[in-house]
Amino acid sequence: MKLSTTLLATSALTAAAVAAHAQDMADDMTLVSWGGAYQESQNKAYLQPYLEEHPEVSASWDESSAEAVAKLRAMNEAGNITWDLVDVVASDALRLCDEGLAMELDFNEVLAEGDDGSTPEEDFGDLLINDCFVPQIVYSTTFGYRTDMVGDTPPSSVCDVFDLETYPGKRALQKRPIDNMEWALYCDGVEKDEIYDVLGTDEGVDRALAKLDTIKDQVVWWTAGAETPQLLADGEVVMGSTFNGRLFSAIAEQDQPIDMLWDMQSFDLDGWIIPEGLPEDRLARVLDFLKFATDTQRLADQAKYISYGPARNSSAPLVGQHAELGIDMAPHMPTDPANATNVHLYDYEWWADNRDDLDAKFQSWLAQ
Amino acid sequence: MSHPATDPDKIIGTTPDNALRNADRADARADGPVLAADGTPLKRSLARALRAQKLRALALIAPLLIFVLVSFIAPIGDMLFRSVENQIVKDTLPRTVVALRDYDAASTELPRDEVFEAAYYDIFYAAERKIHTRLGSRLNYEMSGASSLFRKSGRGLDDVGELYQDQFEALNEGWDEAGPWVEIMADPEWVTEQAAWDAAPEGRMPRFELREGIAEILPRTSEAYETFARFTQVEEGDSPLEEEPWSAVHTALYQDLSATDLSGYSGPRADMLQAADALVESDGFETVAFRDAFAEVDEDWVEPEIWQTIKMYSPAYTSGYFLNSIDMQKTADGPALRDADERIYGLLFWRTLFMSLVITFSCILLGYPIAYLLSNLPSGKANLLMILVLLPFWTSLLVRTSAWKVMLQQQGVINDVLVWLGMVSDDGRLVMINNQFGTIVAMTHILLPFMILPMFSVMSTIPVSYTRAAKSLGATNWTAFWRVYFPQSVPGIGAGSILVFILSIGYYITPEIVGGTSGIFISNRIAYHISSSLNWGLAAALGSILLVVVLILYWAYDRIVGIDNVKLGG
Repeated sequence: MKLSTTLLATSALTAAAVAAHAQDMADDMTLVSWGGAYQESQNKAYLQPYLEEHPEVSASWDESSAEAVAKLRAMNEAGNITWDLVDVVASDALRLCDEGLAMELDFNEVLAEGDDGSTPEEDFGDLLINDCFVPQIVYSTTFGYRTDMVGDTPPSSVCDVFDLETYPGKRALQKRPIDNMEWALYCDGVEKDEIYDVLGTDEGVDRALAKLDTIKDQVVWWTAGAETPQLLADGEVVMGSTFNGRLFSAIAEQDQPIDMLWDMQSFDLDGWIIPEGLPEDRLARVLDFLKFATDTQRLADQAKYISYGPARNSSAPLVGQHAELGIDMAPHMPTDPANATNVHLYDYEWWADNRDDLDAKFQSWLAQ
Repeated sequence: MSHPATDPDKIIGTTPDNALRNADRADARADGPVLAADGTPLKRSLARALRAQKLRALALIAPLLIFVLVSFIAPIGDMLFRSVENQIVKDTLPRTVVALRDYDAASTELPRDEVFEAAYYDIFYAAERKIHTRLGSRLNYEMSGASSLFRKSGRGLDDVGELYQDQFEALNEGWDEAGPWVEIMADPEWVTEQAAWDAAPEGRMPRFELREGIAEILPRTSEAYETFARFTQVEEGDSPLEEEPWSAVHTALYQDLSATDLSGYSGPRADMLQAADALVESDGFETVAFRDAFAEVDEDWVEPEIWQTIKMYSPAYTSGYFLNSIDMQKTADGPALRDADERIYGLLFWRTLFMSLVITFSCILLGYPIAYLLSNLPSGKANLLMILVLLPFWTSLLVRTSAWKVMLQQQGVINDVLVWLGMVSDDGRLVMINNQFGTIVAMTHILLPFMILPMFSVMSTIPVSYTRAAKSLGATNWTAFWRVYFPQSVPGIGAGSILVFILSIGYYITPEIVGGTSGIFISNRIAYHISSSLNWGLAAALGSILLVVVLILYWAYDRIVGIDNVKLGG
């Protein structure tokens, strides 16, 4: 009797303490990411260290980033936001911010300073593409090829993708106009800095599609990033585009006869947004986590698990070796100077404007 | 759907319905109303009994009915409604829509200056509420570039107000402070209440009121200031007594001052206002026309296209999404077909129907013999076969689809076997996946059980004696099957076909994985517009069309075959 009273009193006290604490910061977080190796790298580099510091917090992952834009809109309309922090690519972040579904942030206030003393806005630099998006990594969409199927002269330029005579066989390309149209124009002789001007005209679109037409019946179109490594491993395609981290794991972790073609790799960003309309206690928690998870050391740590470049300038010198394989990660980063001699900077704003239009044309071309 | 056993008119006996009918007949014979035992007219007494029964029945199905209504009918209705809904333009740009009322979208001219003025205020307020980019995304579906146009304009148009704000401020610092503005614009009573609330915030903030008479003297400024004050109160929860107004209020003040003479004004801060009036009238005062300000932000604003688009999409309901989904578009001269290189939906609708039909027929061809075998084997063997038929049901859809990938790809199992047998050369491996063939094969496999099960349940009720009788009367095996057995199995085929056809018409995961470019369905585009482009209106329109097509086909099926000839079981 006495014991149970004591227990009751204690638990009531604990409950009261928890309740008091909850007014400042919630103890639950739902993080949304892409699943797979990428989410695991975030888990190891950001979340586990944070949970060690804050044992009262519990967090869960939701692997819904691919549908994040649609789901966030549905949640917003229903007035019930169940996510706290969402990992999205830059183009989705632009859309979410425009639609008012992502919260605007004052970066200098909510993010940690760089280890070298720079302000967050200086440290992230141009990668801050709008007021909502906190970038974590720079990744690229680039090509991989089968070393045993290309003869003695491996491809060295992105235009080799369009060269069916020297490199016969199928190619894997992503089933969307972004990147493919730019590569096609570049290989049709358009200067790199004029690509978007040309693509902005009807003739330019026709020109890009005509160039793609030359390889159309040799293309396997993919929608999920895992398809290309699989197609390469099966020998279904000679070369194919995908995210560089996928190719890294096929090459370094699975020892497939595949090599990277870094020429005209298309840089893209991945990062966090906070959904608009979180209650104050959850917002306080998520801001606390965000500050921790995007500091210099944490971003550099992530590169131990996956070959994507940290978005902070101050993180680059701290990039070390792969946690399990023990190989230096720097040469596998898309941002490594040796890999980044000729890169394509994908223009989010231009695509935000023209995506609907070009997608209709691209799909119509595909269906013919 | 009349049936001798269930047709109400053919049931005889003491049901309340029949009693009611008898009472009717008795009334019609004019013998006077038939009375029940307690003296009330029989009709009323029976109707009461019947109503209680019906209510009880309704109460029993109520949970299901409510569940279906809430979780199925309502969301579908809401989704379909989006295919015509278009409030966003009217809600975001209310003044512009009114000002554009007499603008002819077919003209190639720019609208009047009043429209630019209205658009300035609308976009300014929308930008404060951070909804201008949302409208930009909406209009971008109709006009490429609208997205960045609105994004830019939200900030770009601030320059207009700041031009006036700076000049007023240079004249008198008071123009950039909250206090003087409150004195000029606000109702003194409200100021006292608000000050009291600020000192001890409790309950709701007193709603901002304009000072009496100020709306006649400074109409635009009053409207702009009121918008600002209410926004500050409601959206930001701040007190207007402490916030300096938006730059749009200064723009409005400039417009009012240049239109009216304030020499007779004697209200609060008369000196400040009269000095500002004099400044506006002076030669050195810098102004900018709204049209020029828009041109400064982006040249697209002085092209007619954006105004035509806003005008065409200003009504609260639009046919635009439906036109888009049949490869047409709204133009100033009415609906017109899209350019040939942008048409896609017609082709996809046609392909979806065609492929669903092919899949249905291949399911019939493959399923019929299996169902026949199942229903004629002894039950032990039949059960074993049945498990084989049901096995795919217990495997994930994605696994089955991916398995077909392994089977059909060029370096896959089938091609390897064919090359090993020497039937195809190593260079000439067959392309069996990422095209229509792959989709048809994979989907036929996935949907086959839905064909076999209804066929089986119908066939197992066909008595063997009929075929035997036909044969004993001299029919050949074929005649006995074709004239006697087959007609009796048709209801099973009908049920299976409807199931398979309707399921396949809405499929999208399998075509997405194995369909390549020539094997994708309309549902893949619907999924794209739901999850990637966020063009839910277009997705809803495509979905509505699909729904209507299915209903028409169902109706045609009912007319041709008769829905009574469909049986899901014995």
